[in-house]
Amino acid sequence: MATYLEFIQQNEERDGVRFSWNVWPSSRLEATRMVVPLACLLTPLKERPDLPPVQYEPVLCSRTTCKAILNPLCQVDYRAKLWACNFCFQRNQFPPAYTGISEVNQPAELMPQFSTIEYVIQRGAQSPLIFLYVVDTCLEEDDLQALKESLQMSLSLLPPDALVGLITFGRMVQVHELSCEGISKSYVFRGTKDLTAKQIQDMLGLTKPAMPMQQARPGQPQEQPFVSGRFLQPIHKIDMNLTDLLGELQRDPWPVTQGKRPLRSTGVALSIAVGLLEGTFPNTGARIMLFTGGPPTQGPGMVVGDELKVPIRSWHDIEKDNARFMKKATKHYEMLANRTATNGHCIDIYACALDQTGLLEMKCCANLTGGHMVMGDSFNTSLFKQTFQRIFSKDFNGDFRMAFGATLEVKTSRELKVAGAIGPCVSLNVKGPCVSENELGVGGTSQWKICGLDPTSTLGIYFEVVNQHNAPVPQGGRGAIQFVTQYQHSSTQRRIRVTTIARNWADAQSQLRHIEAAFDQEAAAVLMARLGVFRAESEEGPDVLRWLDRQLIRLCQKFGQYNKEDPTSFRLSDSFSLYPQFMFHLRRSPFLQVFNNSPDESSYYRHHFARQDLTQSLIMIQPILYSYSFQGPPEPVLLDSSSILADRILLMDTFFQIVIYLGETIAQWRKAGYQDMPEYENFKHLLQAPLDDAQEILQARFPMPRYINTEHGGSQARFLLSKVNPSQTHNNLYAWGQETGAPILTDDVSLQVFMDHLKKLAVSSAC
Amino acid sequence: MNVNQSAPPVPPFGQPQPVYTGYHQSSYGGQPGSTAPPTPYGAYNGPVPGYQQTPLPGVSRAPPSSEAPPVSTAQAPCGQAAYGQFGQGDVQNGPSSTVQMQRFPGSQPFGSVPLAPVVSQPTVLQPYGPPPTSAQVTAQLAGMQIGGAVAPALPPVRLGYGPPTSLAPASGSYPNSGLYGSYPQGQAPPLSQAQGHLGAQPPQRSAPPQASGFTSPASGGPPMPSVTGPLLPGQGFGGPSVSQPNHVSSPPPQALPPGTQMTGPPGPPPPMHSSQQPGYQLQQNGSFGPARGPQPNYGSPYPGAPTFGSQPGPPQPLPPKRLDPDAIPSPIQVIEDDRNNRGSEPFVTGVRGQVPPLVTTNFLVKDQGNASPRYIRCTSYNIPCTSDMAKQAQVPLAAVIKPLARLPPEEASPYVVDHGESGPLRCNRCKAYMCPFMQFVEGGRRFQCCFCSCINDVPPQYFQHLDHTGKRVDAYDRPELSLGSYEFLATVDYCKNNKFPSPPAFIFMIDVSYNAIRSGLVRLLCEELKSLLDFLPREGGAEESAIRVGFVTYNKVLHFYNVKSSLAQPQMMVVSDVADMFVPLLDGFLVNVSESRAVITSLLDQIPEMFADTRETETVFAPVIQAGMEALKAAECAGKLFLFHTSLPIAEAPGKLKNRDDRKLINTDKEKTLFQPQTGAYQTLAKECVAQGCSVDLFLFPNQYVDVATLSVVPQLTGGSVYKYACFQVENDQERFLSDLRRDVQKVVGFDAVMRVRTSTGIRAVDFFGAFYMSNTTDVELAGLDGDKTVTVEFKHDDRLNEESGALLQCALLYTSCAGQRRLRIHNLALNCCTQLADLYRNCETDTLINYMAKFAYRGVLNSPVKTVRDTLITQCAQILACYRKNCASPSSAGQLILPECMKLLPVYLNCVLKSDVLQPGAEVTTDDRAYVRQLVTSMDVAETNVFFYPRLLPLTKSPIESATEPPAVRASEERLSNGDIYLLENGLNLFLWVGASVQQGVVQSLFSVSSFSQITSGLSVLPVLDNPLSKKVRGLIDSLRAQRSRYMKLIVVKQEDKLEMLFKHFLVEDKSLSGGASYVDFLCHMHKEIRQLLS
Repeated sequence: MATYLEFIQQNEERDGVRFSWNVWPSSRLEATRMVVPLACLLTPLKERPDLPPVQYEPVLCSRTTCKAILNPLCQVDYRAKLWACNFCFQRNQFPPAYTGISEVNQPAELMPQFSTIEYVIQRGAQSPLIFLYVVDTCLEEDDLQALKESLQMSLSLLPPDALVGLITFGRMVQVHELSCEGISKSYVFRGTKDLTAKQIQDMLGLTKPAMPMQQARPGQPQEQPFVSGRFLQPIHKIDMNLTDLLGELQRDPWPVTQGKRPLRSTGVALSIAVGLLEGTFPNTGARIMLFTGGPPTQGPGMVVGDELKVPIRSWHDIEKDNARFMKKATKHYEMLANRTATNGHCIDIYACALDQTGLLEMKCCANLTGGHMVMGDSFNTSLFKQTFQRIFSKDFNGDFRMAFGATLEVKTSRELKVAGAIGPCVSLNVKGPCVSENELGVGGTSQWKICGLDPTSTLGIYFEVVNQHNAPVPQGGRGAIQFVTQYQHSSTQRRIRVTTIARNWADAQSQLRHIEAAFDQEAAAVLMARLGVFRAESEEGPDVLRWLDRQLIRLCQKFGQYNKEDPTSFRLSDSFSLYPQFMFHLRRSPFLQVFNNSPDESSYYRHHFARQDLTQSLIMIQPILYSYSFQGPPEPVLLDSSSILADRILLMDTFFQIVIYLGETIAQWRKAGYQDMPEYENFKHLLQAPLDDAQEILQARFPMPRYINTEHGGSQARFLLSKVNPSQTHNNLYAWGQETGAPILTDDVSLQVFMDHLKKLAVSSAC
Repeated sequence: MNVNQSAPPVPPFGQPQPVYTGYHQSSYGGQPGSTAPPTPYGAYNGPVPGYQQTPLPGVSRAPPSSEAPPVSTAQAPCGQAAYGQFGQGDVQNGPSSTVQMQRFPGSQPFGSVPLAPVVSQPTVLQPYGPPPTSAQVTAQLAGMQIGGAVAPALPPVRLGYGPPTSLAPASGSYPNSGLYGSYPQGQAPPLSQAQGHLGAQPPQRSAPPQASGFTSPASGGPPMPSVTGPLLPGQGFGGPSVSQPNHVSSPPPQALPPGTQMTGPPGPPPPMHSSQQPGYQLQQNGSFGPARGPQPNYGSPYPGAPTFGSQPGPPQPLPPKRLDPDAIPSPIQVIEDDRNNRGSEPFVTGVRGQVPPLVTTNFLVKDQGNASPRYIRCTSYNIPCTSDMAKQAQVPLAAVIKPLARLPPEEASPYVVDHGESGPLRCNRCKAYMCPFMQFVEGGRRFQCCFCSCINDVPPQYFQHLDHTGKRVDAYDRPELSLGSYEFLATVDYCKNNKFPSPPAFIFMIDVSYNAIRSGLVRLLCEELKSLLDFLPREGGAEESAIRVGFVTYNKVLHFYNVKSSLAQPQMMVVSDVADMFVPLLDGFLVNVSESRAVITSLLDQIPEMFADTRETETVFAPVIQAGMEALKAAECAGKLFLFHTSLPIAEAPGKLKNRDDRKLINTDKEKTLFQPQTGAYQTLAKECVAQGCSVDLFLFPNQYVDVATLSVVPQLTGGSVYKYACFQVENDQERFLSDLRRDVQKVVGFDAVMRVRTSTGIRAVDFFGAFYMSNTTDVELAGLDGDKTVTVEFKHDDRLNEESGALLQCALLYTSCAGQRRLRIHNLALNCCTQLADLYRNCETDTLINYMAKFAYRGVLNSPVKTVRDTLITQCAQILACYRKNCASPSSAGQLILPECMKLLPVYLNCVLKSDVLQPGAEVTTDDRAYVRQLVTSMDVAETNVFFYPRLLPLTKSPIESATEPPAVRASEERLSNGDIYLLENGLNLFLWVGASVQQGVVQSLFSVSSFSQITSGLSVLPVLDNPLSKKVRGLIDSLRAQRSRYMKLIVVKQEDKLEMLFKHFLVEDKSLSGGASYVDFLCHMHKEIRQLLS
């Protein structure tokens, strides 16, 4: 089966696609019996250093309902200069430019290695990227200072022709005019009053003043940039000005009396930011970057009142339906998010505070628009600073790793329909022949809008096999799917990336082995997890868990080898062997468990889970644990309490946290200062090794994980203890005896117990 | 009474005083009886319209008037025709009628006619100055009485205006006045009578007067004396002596005039006595046969008016005939007399019920227990004990209070008393503050409240023994026990929210719309503010002002500025949400000037640049005030907004206004809407401002209608000021604007003030006029109060007063000083009470009365048609005078107009009020102007109303250049102008330099630096700075006049016969006005008629 692993890997490398099943059951009925739906994780902009974009436009199928793009799977009649669409079988003429086409002279899109190809569209005006900073000024002095520095730093990272804008808010919302000399000028809005886009534009003078100017100068096209120019300026023009402006930012001057929270008008600020871009640059790549240091406390979108004695809502309050502002606030932000998405802009949220900041309510802003969500304790931490810096990282071509205003269209061959997508996208509500009636995730459409995405943004896309059982696919038949992603590249080019994939059909009854062997359990785990998390957003936690459990049991029943009613006889093949373990950790993960997490944290975790690629997602589900010792090189060990040993150093990566844990003995040694003694240099190296490895991870990860360096008995050790499988607890400590690890004080079931139950249920005929 | 008695050394006068039998002439008496004047009047009413018409012609005929003189007979026919209406008069006076006719034309001429006298006056005056000797006076008096023969004693009454009769003749002139339908009537009859008299009486009169030594009895010689006689007595010292001198002088004048003609002489005297006597005489004259004579004269004078030189000629004919303007009470004379008599000695306030010197007199005040008249002036210092009396007299009982009045440097400002934590000592029941009138009893352990008689305990720390007179031993050590005005430091109980206030703030809010930029206003203002901010008001010897400043600019959005000292550059914050105004910043908006100087300077440098290219023409208004108020609220302080605004706020926002100017509404029932605000929004806003202690000063620079009536609502209710600079242009108006601005910014202001007037039992403050807001019936809330603002308070009886204990007023003003100190300023005033109406009339102050009446009327126009308001005023005035005549004057013929000495100027002043722009607008007066003036007058003090309604007209070239003193004023009438002279006219708002057509070339050269009259630029607003005595003197005089007024008066040079002269003539208030206002003479006749109607 190694071949399948290679195949999967190769496909991922080339197309950025991982399917749960790489051989497809050929009928609807069989497909549903497979338990795990036919689905894929698609990374639309997966970095392909080896893939230079072609400088012409794609050739489309002429059938208006199809418009599939010419791809290597199409049958081509070189003599007649015709090609047949592999989705609708329409025969199409090649365009005039392709007259020279022949078997030996093929355009790139017909070559098999170009199953993924990128076109550059030359048409249309290129509009610069837009970065609109929305900055909370209700911060502690040092926080604000750090934020200001980060922002100033970011100016040097922006593309020089990018437009920048600045909105600050506290009790009031200020839209800063960047063009003026001398006096810095800003438009101020009350933080308690929501305004329509029209009102905002009126008040900012974006509408009326335009009139006289239009009369004044005939050049219409220049109109818009000029008008909005007061608020959005090319960075190279106002670099100094904006730097000074940021430098002079004061903390919100309104007094905050004892026992109160500062009044923070996040809702209105965002609304204005959205309204401003909506009026000036609709449908161009723009990023609204919200930096906030606390919860919105007034106006539309307020999450908590300003009385400190009333704490911000917790999961407990929400369950008790006791979060009085939540629904209204959520509605406000959803409305904003939808407007933003409609305009193709995205919203980033950088929330740094010790308490919650209302991410729960605001999450949709980032989720629906493909924006980033970053949560930290303070702006004055490397976590924020480096994360923020990394947003402006560049790829091997020197382009920013960001793209805007993307539209993802999915085309399927007839046996398939698309059921939905889960990821940082919104539906474009495009109905078509390939849209399934059943929805998984965001469905009912064949197109989605992803306003902001980067090379790692990954969507889960779910399909439904619609081929009826009685209409078998011809032997050796292949199903095809085409992903068409149109987007604005960070170089401001419009580009289209087309990925066309095909998989074999197999009859589940006769060829179950094939199908089984082609199961991608990692992808399946992530895809199922996404479904679960998606459900968790709207359903009660226990229901989701129950659903997950049922799916797992059904899968085991379907693909396990066992004798009825004999749990000990239960076996799973290699391609399924890890799956139950993923599910075990998923059940314990913060994506589904809200215990010990604030609503904000849950939202934050879920946000990232829904957009990271497969590898990262898996880390999130099941953290990686490395062990360092004098016994040998570092080795991955079981995420189990038995791995916690006194003479080991552990490095755990949960995606969100990097934990370095010194075992009891090691900690004592370090305390004793052996590492400083020349004769114990090896100990010093041992201590250094995980640090270096952690650094490596930190370098690559976005967002920056929380970096925790702790030791046995340290309070921060809880991050580790809460993740490992509690194979030893206070309940069974003595049973397990002397040899290993640390007991975990928990009543959670351990993996062993979980597996026992699973086996029992799987082999039982009851369910 | 006491006072009076003590004052008047001459008992005889006392008698005469009461009776102002201006109209000695029995003739009148006869008339009424015989002719049944009333009826005739009625008849006249009909004719009135006719009159009006006539006036017009009169105007046109002005020149003809001159004709009149030539052929009295010739005119006669015409006159008849005209008089036909008059009918009655005609019967006897077929001829007379003709005379009248002449007068008609003359009426206009009158203006000019007076000139002649005027001219004579000056000359006369000089000589007379010395003449006044008591002996003469008495002699005259005697003579007068005699002359008065008719009503021997009565006539003596000061102003006995024989003239009434003369009025009749005057009436002839009245026709011109047209507007006064009634006048003509009155006049007509009088004329007839007069004439009738003329025939017979002239001799009589002349006889008595002559006796007095008037050579030209006919003219007014006789009347003169009689008038003076009475006057003197009435007034006590000053009055009489002055008048006497006049009389005395009168003879001499005669002598002078004689040169001219027989009649001439009489003419002159009047001028001399410009005040009463002359008037008197004139009147008589008028009534007498002279009527005819005068007419012709008038005719001539009329034309002559322009050319004084001609005067002599015309005067001759003049004097005899109609009511001689010089014979009627002259404000100038009264003012001069008062100056001479009372200007030299300090006014000591120790005695209850003393009438202070006139506002036009310079005097020092020594506070010995009553508030200085600079703080409080009353309409009467002796008030009736019962409401019945008060009703009968109809004299309004009012006090004009200026709590924070500025004092001359020689007088100390009120002491500040600090009673520590216990705060000021007050009566437990009525809460009156400790004052010199409180009675300590029981050896000083208790005190009895002088207002409510409640007995209160004296707190131990305040205890002090009493001396043998029952006075506290420490009375003279404590200001609150010995002075009329003093201040207490307030405790925290007196502060809003029980928190000591923070220092107030000034916010400058500048319109930066297209108009403001284009006119150069913004640049000018910003430049000025840079230096002006160094002169914010500060308290005592404080080094720098505690006041913080903030800046806002606006067009249809508002721009706030952060000028925090730590910033390198100011920051602008734009608020576009004008529908829901708020303050975008707190810290850095209001700053200390010295700390943020660099930033502020930078801001003021940049504002004009930033908006230099603006094309925004729309503005908002209410949101601007709202913003300022919110800013103060956010800063938790009181303060003042300085708004510089240019146009009607038509941008979409609260308080948006539409142009509703409609001149067609004038003289309709809807006219009042022009004075009312368009929307109630501003009242609501003003209330909020008051609650916050936010006063609003509004500087308007309109190019067209801006609806001052609405825009001024907030300033009005918040104790602010409104300044208006129509068609502002930097070159022409900058000095005026900057001067006003400087003064306004620098003046000391009390913020967040509450004023309460407490009175002793028996009277109660019932009505208040001024710039303030009242949420209940007793507390006057003033968001801001400066030293120029006045509150007029009217009192009514609610019980009997006691003659012995008098009536007490205590005005307590709680305010926050410029430094943020909470203080109480207390003014106490004790008044006498009387059971005799005569005492009331003897202790009145006409200037104050006019102040009250003007304010009353100006408020009336908000609710009633202007005509009603005017009629009400006339009626009230008539009732006052009739009551006097009926109850106080010694019996005399009804034909005599008898005025109380203290009120002899009431008619002339009232006439000025009636013909003011608000009550009788001319064609050139805009709706905005009227609203503006209406608003201004509301908070004027007595001195301001005095000069506002009766402008000062100063001849510049009459007195020697060397004399350092201000030249004596002349009466505001065209006939007083000599075309060979130059005059200055000021009314507190306007300043004119009138240049006669035949002024000496040398004078022109030395003043204007041009060689001839024709080269003088009309409308010039600045005199060239020349190094010669005349130029220096004139410029010095102008400067000193400006210094006296709270607003800068822009100079306008008016050349005789120039079109600008129309503007100037508008201020010659003794003449008929183009808009239909009656001349003084006409109005006096009308008054007389009214009075007689009341009496009969």
